[in-house]
Amino acid sequence: MTAPPPESVFQARGLTKTYRMGEVTVHALRGVDLDLFAGEFVVLLGPSGSGKSTLLNILGGLDTPSEGTVRYRDHDLTNGDDGRLTRYRREHVGFVFQFYNLIPSLTARENVALVTEIARDPMTPEEAIKLVGLADRMDHFPSQLSGGEQQRVAIARAVAKRPEVLLCDEPTGALDVNTGVLVLEAIEKVNRDLGTTTAVITHNAVIADMADRVISLRDGRIAGVRTNATKVPAKELKW
Amino acid sequence: MVIVSALNRKLLRDLRGQWGQAAAITLVLACGVAAFVMAVNTLGSLRRTQQGYYDRYRFAHVFAHLKRAPDSLAGRVADIPGVAQVQTRIVMPATLDVPGMVEPASARLISIPDRPAPMLNGLFLRKGRYIEAGNRGEVLISEGFAQAHHLEPGDTVFAILNSRKQTLRVVGVALSPEYVYQLGPGQILPDDRRFGVFWMGHTDLAGVFDMKGAFNDLTLTLTPEASEPEVIRRLDALTERYGGLGAYGRADQQSHEFLDNELKELRGMALVVPSIFLGVAAFLLNVVISRTVGTQREQIAALKAFGYTRWEVTLHYLKFVAAIVLAGVAVGVVTGSWLGRGMTEMYSAFFRFPEFDFQLDPQVVALAAGISVGAGVLGTFAAVRRAAALPPAEAMKPEPPATYSRTLVERLGLHRVLSPAMRMMVRHIERQKLKTALTTIGIALAVAVVILGSFGKDAIDHVMVAQFSVAQRQDVTVGFVEPTSRAALYELEHLPGVVRVEPMRAVAVRLRSTHRSRRVGLIGVRADASLVRVMDIHTNPVPVPPDGLVLSKKLAELLEVRPGDSLEVEVMEEDRPVRSAVVAGLVDDFAGTTAFMDLAAVNRLMREGDVVTGAHLLADPARRTELYTAVKNTPRVSGVIIKRDVVDSYQKTIGENILKMRLFNVIFAGVIAFGVVYNSARIALAERRRELATLRVLGFTRGEIAQILLGELALLTLTAIPLGLLCGYGLAFALIKAVYDTELFRLPLVVSDWTFGFAASITLVAGVVSGLVVGRRLGELDMVAALKSRE
Repeated sequence: MTAPPPESVFQARGLTKTYRMGEVTVHALRGVDLDLFAGEFVVLLGPSGSGKSTLLNILGGLDTPSEGTVRYRDHDLTNGDDGRLTRYRREHVGFVFQFYNLIPSLTARENVALVTEIARDPMTPEEAIKLVGLADRMDHFPSQLSGGEQQRVAIARAVAKRPEVLLCDEPTGALDVNTGVLVLEAIEKVNRDLGTTTAVITHNAVIADMADRVISLRDGRIAGVRTNATKVPAKELKW
Repeated sequence: MVIVSALNRKLLRDLRGQWGQAAAITLVLACGVAAFVMAVNTLGSLRRTQQGYYDRYRFAHVFAHLKRAPDSLAGRVADIPGVAQVQTRIVMPATLDVPGMVEPASARLISIPDRPAPMLNGLFLRKGRYIEAGNRGEVLISEGFAQAHHLEPGDTVFAILNSRKQTLRVVGVALSPEYVYQLGPGQILPDDRRFGVFWMGHTDLAGVFDMKGAFNDLTLTLTPEASEPEVIRRLDALTERYGGLGAYGRADQQSHEFLDNELKELRGMALVVPSIFLGVAAFLLNVVISRTVGTQREQIAALKAFGYTRWEVTLHYLKFVAAIVLAGVAVGVVTGSWLGRGMTEMYSAFFRFPEFDFQLDPQVVALAAGISVGAGVLGTFAAVRRAAALPPAEAMKPEPPATYSRTLVERLGLHRVLSPAMRMMVRHIERQKLKTALTTIGIALAVAVVILGSFGKDAIDHVMVAQFSVAQRQDVTVGFVEPTSRAALYELEHLPGVVRVEPMRAVAVRLRSTHRSRRVGLIGVRADASLVRVMDIHTNPVPVPPDGLVLSKKLAELLEVRPGDSLEVEVMEEDRPVRSAVVAGLVDDFAGTTAFMDLAAVNRLMREGDVVTGAHLLADPARRTELYTAVKNTPRVSGVIIKRDVVDSYQKTIGENILKMRLFNVIFAGVIAFGVVYNSARIALAERRRELATLRVLGFTRGEIAQILLGELALLTLTAIPLGLLCGYGLAFALIKAVYDTELFRLPLVVSDWTFGFAASITLVAGVVSGLVVGRRLGELDMVAALKSRE
């Protein structure tokens, strides 16, 4: 590798997150140090309860750590108030969720427009939908789309504002293999063509093969980091 | 039965979880129950009290006034088949000079047996004693008058009786079933300060008025099988030659008529207002239960999988409804009793009974509970059934995703101007057409309730201005003891401070068209009159032609005549000529049934000279006191109406009560508006929690999602307001037609801009408050949790 030293986008140090579930205190993260670099494709791998979603939520500005610090470039996400975190999400982050979270009363195009209308330098909704290969489903409502199609609309919605970071929480969790692969291809394409720093949470080890780096979590701690020498294209994945 | 109690525990926790919504519905229901309990119980109390009073004190069935008849006529009246008891008496008007009161008051003097004896329209003696035979000038006075003047047994009052000033000694304070509602001549509301009923010994009164061995008024009771019209017909035939003015039954007896009218009004209130509230409550319960059942599908599936029957599941949700409904009934019954007590107290000032208490009838409470439970079950049964009928396997699955389509707005091509947020709003509204419509109607009803509760004042204010500022410009109206030559007017012109005098001729007549007839006052007016003009309800002057009659529109309706038709006019005075006259026009006036005619035409009809029976006076304000004193001492004058007094008494009595009623209506309307908007907002928040959380994640601010959530309700509220204004206007119209369009009085449909504005503001404020309450909850929206969950 002769590339220049990679630019660190996220810096997390000593991240701890505890919250109370009724009478019980849950330690979701127990001191995580982590850097994510510009343009890289990272898979966060771990069983349920390992803390990967909590970590992603903190990186995405949906939650704040109990202890430790987390920075996104020059933004301090550690103690962000609601307004600052909202602006951060609005300007820099694209989210994809396991259950798509499309607005049922808006068409595919309009779901994307929802984001492009509040973004600073977005692509058009049409461009974004073409990017995920759904040009012919543009004016369909979510209830008229299959699960895989809905998830691709969600990806289009996430990337339409040209975010610097794309965070995906179990994007294929509710899909079968074939549709799942289509969705992963869309994410792969965004990462490759737009250079968006991408983090994907999964408990499916197969998906890890398409990443630049794989970070494994267990019990709220980083259990291991591995770098893939060669990335397997999404369409060759099977599970 | 451990499992059942677990289910009941779930019930309690569900209630606690939705306490805000449950409380809002409870309040709406409570308003309906309160209005029902108040109206029905007051109605019942009033009716029972009336009935008991009438029976115990032998309120007469038929009344007749005549000029003068020998006592022997009584025996012939008693012989009419169907007559049970007859009571003859002397009834005379008098002008009073009460210590401490500048202007004159009027009294009606009624003779009573010299010694206590059973009589029709018996007296209830509140204070003092009965008159003593042989003691001249002793009177019993009506309670209202006594209270207004702080008169006690032993006090004295001066009166002009048969043109002579006399001293009357009060020996007791009494009540009569004939004067439960006591109106003096020219009064539109009871004014106890200016009018009283005085009962005086028969011999004494007969002496004063030279009526020994004679009477001029009689009342009678009927046997159960008697035909009232037949008795009246025969009675009229007997009294005709003694100047009979035509007998009438209870239905036309003033006090009874007003009381009956009030009962009718209460019945209307008992029906309309609770229906609105119960309807809204049923709708709200439907919305909340549908939503609860929707979110608890999986729980229902689990319960059924464990082996709970469909009926047990249904019962579980019905218990939820019952808890809310019964809480509403409890609050409503307590509030309703309290309001009923207040209402009864208010009535006590208008209606004089020996005893009048509010009684809470357990049957009414049971009925209110029954109706409420019925409304609750009706509102929720479908939703509960749907849940219980689902096979467990299907119920385990989440509800299918909502299906949306392009809205009408977009098909019309307007979508280009709509932002995605606006489209979400429009499509959501269009998708839930029924719920949207019902929500809008609910809010609109809140607006309508305010109008319904407030327009009465507008209408009465309008009448007051129309009648007492525009149509009537006199200060004082005087009536003469008997028809007099016009020369009497000169006497009036010379009273201190009198600026202008206009003559008036009133004749008691019976108008007849085919088999329909009506006893009315025929009023002769001068075409050039400027003090008192004939005007309709909208203050348009109605010309009185040189010939022919101008009738109250209501009178024409009752007689079924139209302009151009001919009427038989039977004069009930002197030698009772029967003539005919043509209906020349109608006047849409606000009270009573009157026939107007040109003064000269009346004189021609009566074949008399320039005869008058009274006059309207315009006076110099600075010399009013002098004028009043002079009028009090003018023997020829039998009655005085001071216009300002009429207006003042209105302001004092009605004004206050209307303000109280308005306050309750505002509270009621606020409860409806808050209940509907708050519940809609809470449901919207619950249904769209995930959607709103997603938007927050995508970078929408709290304010932006609040706009999406509350914008929809704002839109509905803004749509509902004009609808409610219209609806309120319509209900006001219906109420006027149902209750305020009687022979006694008619209210015009007048709703002021202020009332419209007020109704809209109340609803808007209630909407904004509920919006703020729900808006605060948006801050607690848990983005992460909402994203993790399936719909």
